[in-house]
Amino acid sequence: MHDLGGVSKFMCEAVDAEPHALNDFDRAVDAIRGILGGKKVMGVDELRRNIEAIPEADYLRLSYYQRWIRAITAHLLRQGVITEAELIAAMEAE
Amino acid sequence: MLASGTTVRVKLDWPETRGPCHIRTPHYLRGHEGVVVRHLGDFPNPEALAFRRPAEILPLYHVRFPMGALWPDRHGDNTILVELYETWLEAA
Repeated sequence: MHDLGGVSKFMCEAVDAEPHALNDFDRAVDAIRGILGGKKVMGVDELRRNIEAIPEADYLRLSYYQRWIRAITAHLLRQGVITEAELIAAMEAE
Repeated sequence: MLASGTTVRVKLDWPETRGPCHIRTPHYLRGHEGVVVRHLGDFPNPEALAFRRPAEILPLYHVRFPMGALWPDRHGDNTILVELYETWLEAA
């Protein structure tokens, strides 16, 4: 999902300009992104590119920071920073 | 470097049809003419950074477009101001 500006099917909803409260998950994802950026493992353009690659149905279902963690995970797997086995083991340990 | 007031045309190009890419030039501007408002600075090309490729340093501009030309059925005399990299601009 990318480049939605001016696409008529997205033009009928008012923009929600209210501040959004962040939960612990949101803060954790933001912190992970900050660390990966600081260590030059993942730049903001790499984050954006991976968010854009999320299929439409998933993109619309996920929250803002859920999109981020999905994009971060895809990047780290592709770059070989983590393996799928390590990811599964870490999730099962949660 | 493009001077303020220069009329430019956004390239009518669709890299997204040729494979994975990261494009920051909105689809609705491609092929349209606008006027350079100001040079915003020089930055590494995000289209390359997104794929961890060596990134050329490119001038970035604010370019103003008449919205009535982009969407003829609405917006009247309103304009839209967009940040565009020089590689997307050609002489009008």
